[in-house]
Amino acid sequence: MTRLAVPKTYKLYIGGKFPRSESGRVYEIRSHGGDFLANAAQASRKDARDAVVAARSALGGWAGATAYNRGQVLYRIAELLEGRRVQFIDEIVQTEGVTPAAASAQVDEAIDRWVWYAGWADKYVQVAGNANPVSGPYFNISVPEPTGVVAIIAPQSGGSLLGLVSAVAPALVAGNTVVVIANEKMPLSAVSLGEVLATSDVPGGVVNILTGSPAEMAPWLASHADVNAIDLVGAGELDWVHLQIDAAETLTRVLQPENGPDAASPSLARIVAFTETKTIWHTKGLI
Amino acid sequence: MSFLDYAPAPESQALLNLRSDYGLFINGEFVAGRGEPFQTINPATEKPIALIAHANTADVDAAVASARRAYDRTWSKLSGSDRGKYLFRIARLVQERARELAVAETLDNGKPIKESRDVDVPLVAAWFFYYAGWADKLDHAGVGPTPSSRGVAAQVIPWNFPLLMLAWKIAPALAAGNTVVLKPAETTSLTALLFAEILQQADLPAGVVNIVTGGRETGQALVGHPDVNLVAFTGSTGAGRAIARSVAGTDKKVILELGGKAANIVFDDAPIDQAIEGIVNGIFFNQGHVCCAGSRLLVQESIHDDVIDRLKQRLSTLRLGDPLDKNTDIGAINSADQLRRIRELTDIGEQEGGERWSPACVLPESGFWFAPTIFTNVSTSHRIARDEVFGPVLSVLTFRTPAEAIAKANNTPYGLSAGIWSEKGSRILAVADKLRAGVIWANTFNRFDPASPFGGYKESGYGREGGRHGLASYLKPASGRSAARTVAAAPAEASPELDAKAAVSRKKAAK
Repeated sequence: MTRLAVPKTYKLYIGGKFPRSESGRVYEIRSHGGDFLANAAQASRKDARDAVVAARSALGGWAGATAYNRGQVLYRIAELLEGRRVQFIDEIVQTEGVTPAAASAQVDEAIDRWVWYAGWADKYVQVAGNANPVSGPYFNISVPEPTGVVAIIAPQSGGSLLGLVSAVAPALVAGNTVVVIANEKMPLSAVSLGEVLATSDVPGGVVNILTGSPAEMAPWLASHADVNAIDLVGAGELDWVHLQIDAAETLTRVLQPENGPDAASPSLARIVAFTETKTIWHTKGLI
Repeated sequence: MSFLDYAPAPESQALLNLRSDYGLFINGEFVAGRGEPFQTINPATEKPIALIAHANTADVDAAVASARRAYDRTWSKLSGSDRGKYLFRIARLVQERARELAVAETLDNGKPIKESRDVDVPLVAAWFFYYAGWADKLDHAGVGPTPSSRGVAAQVIPWNFPLLMLAWKIAPALAAGNTVVLKPAETTSLTALLFAEILQQADLPAGVVNIVTGGRETGQALVGHPDVNLVAFTGSTGAGRAIARSVAGTDKKVILELGGKAANIVFDDAPIDQAIEGIVNGIFFNQGHVCCAGSRLLVQESIHDDVIDRLKQRLSTLRLGDPLDKNTDIGAINSADQLRRIRELTDIGEQEGGERWSPACVLPESGFWFAPTIFTNVSTSHRIARDEVFGPVLSVLTFRTPAEAIAKANNTPYGLSAGIWSEKGSRILAVADKLRAGVIWANTFNRFDPASPFGGYKESGYGREGGRHGLASYLKPASGRSAARTVAAAPAEASPELDAKAAVSRKKAAK
């Protein structure tokens, strides 16, 4: 006789907590074969705004942490993801309808991506910044700093976990905080990733995960004055040109949609895209 | 005659050999514009200098077509070292004709000759010299191996540093292998057209640089042209916003250098004499027509009165008048429009309760002039503490603690520059870390160098000009359509089969 399973309630992840949508709305998630899996929270524009507030409050701490510390926290995500790989494989098999081997490969790649980006945290500044030989008695140095709050529309096709990780991890490296809209149709692994983040020493509010309709929430994030950058990597199916126009109002930095299996592939440029270069001049005394 | 009264010492205009009218510079030649030509005037006298052609949409089309042709047939095929040699030639020609360019700039813009002669034009030569050397070293620009140029660059520049902004735009664009269509500001086209003559002397291939003069709609036609690959703009945040909107949905690369409202923070342990000079240089350099001007003085409360007294004394020794006079510190406001805006904002400053002060100062009768002005008793909500005045107007605010200084400095949608004055190195570094601005000057202000990246945070725009970063803006990584492709061997490159196998073997290992 089989034991009756205890299904999980899938909720949002905002400010380190797992609230339901303030709207009370949910939407059905069904397996590839059509079986009911869960009622995911359908986040509203107010949830999106709450997430931005949480991300803004977490920014000082995360950006102010040492690069070594951020690297260790990102690496810790990989450690905990590794420990829960069975759960993620299970969810991916159910929602995406892929083979266990393919699901396993996706989880591996997601884990390895955290490891790869974790290693960049205390190095990218050395590669992206430099000392400048100005003509005069000045010490002059250019360093990249986090842009601030980054809104992300996660890839809506391809691996639901890998797409999310590929978009979120690079933004975190420099010390940005993130509000991400998960894969709409396959949001379960995103919510489970929130549970991993919550137990990985990632401070609450550094990553905020919304499930629901990107088409409904993205315009509010694009036009939000407290969002400094928006990554439209997964917005290819939306009216993303309008999102880019909305973002122009406060000169929000925009990354355009990417399609295909290569979307958000790992790169240093993805880290640097969410940084601002600060150049500091300091006089040298005449001796 | 007091010790402050100097005999007039005007720079000679004899070496200037201006034409009475100038055409557009397209495909290596001056051609007539199809719009209505307009006068460029000397803002210090309001006298006309020359008639400037007005490019209409068809002219902009012709200029872009010329740049595209030159890109396809000539410039993109040239070796980096040959591109570099052209830029070195240009740098040398600018040096040779430096005085002529300085006099023309001062005539057309109204800035003091000592600034155009000692700052603008030397930096123009330095900019071309710096980027000339980059042209055959693009692998080291930081965007990965064998990067490519982007194509045709549309560049729109402001009137505050006409020739210098031209150099900031054209030098890195050409070094990276792009061709250019540049639109100077309506009121300051003259030196760009003299520069076109320099390009002819340098024998730069026809069409590599095209210069279209005209008004706002000329710039809009250029920026919106479907055949440009990159848009570089320096100007107001309002115009930058419009550009960011207009390029949405295209793959045009955009570099925006927009407005600012920089805080110049003076701590009680600052070297006061240097700080006073720095404050003056920060806001009264170039009549305050500087996007990174230190227009908000944040002074620690305990030294406020002393700083203001010294500042007033120093301002009383500034000489305002004929920009061509070698002793002039403050020149003319560039245009009647700008003068109107400065007056409007300073009137509002008074209405909102700011205490206005200017030194006794006789303004010339013709031309556009505004006496150096400081406002004390300003609070953060005042328009003069929030809006970019773009004139010789300083707003003074106070603070008690470093944390308050940082909060006030960052309390603006802009983020272009900031200044810190303190003798304490650790304090400077800690405050510099917290300021959200792209350029920070510690115990100095308004320094520029071709090797030093310049550009803003937040609504001051994006992208950098100057240095290696400024070069990278004009380059495209070797492969892929997206900018996010600079890492050669990334883990994602592995094939799915290999990954699946790896997963299996890992399971085995785990057992």
